[in-house]
Amino acid sequence: MSECSPGGALRVEGTALSKSFGGVRALNQASFAAIAGEIHALVGENGAGKSTMIKLLGGRLQPDAGSIRLKGREVHLSGPNDAHALGVWTVFQELMLFPGLTVAENLLLGREPRRFGIISHRRMGQQAEAVLAGMGITHIDPLALIEDISLAQRQIVEIVRALSHDPDILFLDEPTSSLVDREVNWLFKRLRILRERGTSVVFTSHRWNEVRSIAERITIFRNGHTVGTFNELDEREAVTLMTGQRLETRFPPRPPAPSGRTLLEVRELTGPRFDRVSLAVRSGEILGLGGLAGQGHRELFLTLFGAAKAISGDIVLDGRPMRIQSPRAAKSRAARMAFVPEDRKTEGLLLGMSVRDNLTLSIFDRISRLGVLRPGIERPLTEQMVRQLAIRAASINVPVGALSGGNQQKVLLGRCLLADPRILLFYDVTRGVDVATKHEIYQLMTRLAAEGRGILFYSSDAEELAELSHRVLVMRDGRIAAELTAPGITAEQIVADAIHERIAA
Amino acid sequence: MPTPSMSESLPKVARQPRWVHLAAQNIGLELAVFLAIACVLGYSAVYYVQQQRLPGGFEVTSTVNNTMPLVLAGMAQTLVVLTRGIDLSVGGIIDLTNAVAAIALGSTPVTMVLTSVLVLLIGAACGLVNGLLVGVGRLQPILVTLATLSIFQGLAIRVLPQPGGQVPDAFTAVLANPSAPWSILYIIALGAGWFLFRRTRAGVAIFAIGNDPQAAQANGISARRSIILAYVLAGLLSGAAGLFLAAYATSGDATTGNGFTLTSIVAVVLGGISLFGGRGSAIGAIMGAFVINLIVNILFFAHINPLYQAFYEGLFLVIAVLAANAIGLLVRSRR
Repeated sequence: MSECSPGGALRVEGTALSKSFGGVRALNQASFAAIAGEIHALVGENGAGKSTMIKLLGGRLQPDAGSIRLKGREVHLSGPNDAHALGVWTVFQELMLFPGLTVAENLLLGREPRRFGIISHRRMGQQAEAVLAGMGITHIDPLALIEDISLAQRQIVEIVRALSHDPDILFLDEPTSSLVDREVNWLFKRLRILRERGTSVVFTSHRWNEVRSIAERITIFRNGHTVGTFNELDEREAVTLMTGQRLETRFPPRPPAPSGRTLLEVRELTGPRFDRVSLAVRSGEILGLGGLAGQGHRELFLTLFGAAKAISGDIVLDGRPMRIQSPRAAKSRAARMAFVPEDRKTEGLLLGMSVRDNLTLSIFDRISRLGVLRPGIERPLTEQMVRQLAIRAASINVPVGALSGGNQQKVLLGRCLLADPRILLFYDVTRGVDVATKHEIYQLMTRLAAEGRGILFYSSDAEELAELSHRVLVMRDGRIAAELTAPGITAEQIVADAIHERIAA
Repeated sequence: MPTPSMSESLPKVARQPRWVHLAAQNIGLELAVFLAIACVLGYSAVYYVQQQRLPGGFEVTSTVNNTMPLVLAGMAQTLVVLTRGIDLSVGGIIDLTNAVAAIALGSTPVTMVLTSVLVLLIGAACGLVNGLLVGVGRLQPILVTLATLSIFQGLAIRVLPQPGGQVPDAFTAVLANPSAPWSILYIIALGAGWFLFRRTRAGVAIFAIGNDPQAAQANGISARRSIILAYVLAGLLSGAAGLFLAAYATSGDATTGNGFTLTSIVAVVLGGISLFGGRGSAIGAIMGAFVINLIVNILFFAHINPLYQAFYEGLFLVIAVLAANAIGLLVRSRR
């Protein structure tokens, strides 16, 4: 670990910046500086202040106190336009695209090709195509609506839009959260090109691999403060600095090997994008499911949970064949399944409603009498869950939207647990979640397994799978391609199995 | 953990031609056009059964003239609805501008032109009041326009306490000529105007803030300016509707616009424009306006007791919206 002072001329300088939202201090006297021609990572837990720092320096928000210098001049940014005029562009975490407008309209917003003030859609399509192709993107149709393309493609459009302005200073807040590896490689190639041209690139990511592979310098945030800026840092040191405490081990010990009965058995299940999948989850077992993105995991999970239709095959729950036609059936007392998705915003959480309402949404029957809510039953249940999961919220009545991402994920988990499920389907639940919360989720998973529940667990992080699962099934092209059993599961083996044919070919 | 590098290049996806995109992205408008055509056929059919001949030039002219005010009111409503707002004061602005037109048109070409301009400006000024209250005052559109509806209605009664006033024949001959379908040209011009407006930065900005106000702010689009523009243009179009009604009825009435507040919203819905903002086309509202008026005509020729007319209109509306939704869902699931 070596703390460093910047070598070159300062391009971006935020000094003693503070910002509060409704009494909550998001940033407290935090400072940050970046030089020309560097790639600089901001690292910290969710809610540590990285996003707020980026919004202040990008003109999206105005600081309560502190000063901002860009290109050596003190500036007051009253809006994004002021920042844009100085060559400062931002890729926001919550994508700032217009779902009902086309890719081309989004890309060229404010600089559309016009004649006598009238935009030419034909030329706009051509220009957008050229902008995309110039950055090596050929898999996005510029005339498609944003709402009709995938989340990853939207994220790429948001990135291309910022890059196409040839920024002198580029902020990217979690730019890789929806991207798969090759798209991340694409992004990093673009960022290196920008660095060569002298752009200051500042990004945030929760994936340590990414930070280590591309950032020259790392600034660590904790609780609204800047801890420091470093050249050399290993993951353990970073986690210690981010959390202010030493994490004993990243992964809790695996729960004892399962010996109970089979809770979930899938026989030759075929559905959209997966083919004749057979697997069995026993009581107390954590069964990992690995593989590259887009190999049918998501479809398999949705089918098991009744949100998509199987074409053929059987699902056997606790020895009884069952047809699960809807998520409602999956959650019913007969099935007792729970599904925790990775995208908390669009799947499951009502951001405008309170922590309490979100927690008890699916157990209304248990906390009401004659259809009327009984706060006397509801309150202790929710408070117990908040304690058990260490959900950090001012009270159970604050809206979930006001919590950090990791805590939102915990609320979603809490809702599932309140329904007392027997089988839990975890779909990439730690994506975009900070290290400390990840650790808590791991502990929760092992505890749930130790209680005799069965867990089927997909993750895009192979190390997670290797360290937590009793067995790992690797999916490739919709089929189970390999099975690994603990001990002896390694992340390298999972990845190798996942891409086996590609290497061979 | 080292991640072995995957295939470096991203896949190429074939492009669909522009018209395929346009067809897929404008289902609401297509349904509105389909509905309008169905109504024209239905109207022709009941007309034929009753009159033993197809509707001719006179019927076309009177239908278009009759629909023109709702076309204008529907387009006005569209602009505001696109910004996630709603304009309940459309009827009030029509009342007020109609009343002013009836007393001030005079009888010389000069007074007619000056008064027409004045009437349109009054409409725009009414819209400006709405726009300032919503865009700058940050008040709820439904609240603001409900209040200004009453205010404009009150002003209209003040200007013209009893129905009457003078509208010269020459004025009617230009705007709402009963024997020549000039109005068709006006509607084509309005459609073309919309087509161009959608392709200006101001037009895109109105769609953008309706799509996602936060994203608009992050992209440096002024929500305030777009909202004010939308209400001002809505006021201007409502004023044009008031002026047209004066020409059509050859006199003024300070309550003539009251029905238009709700029917303009119906036209917008039938036109496939999302009440949640950001999606739709004013061409759809034009179609919706024609659908509403043709339904009235069909009921008339089908000898439905006028007492029950509202009942059947309501019934039809529910069925039309249900059918449109069902078709829309079907098309989406096929894609």
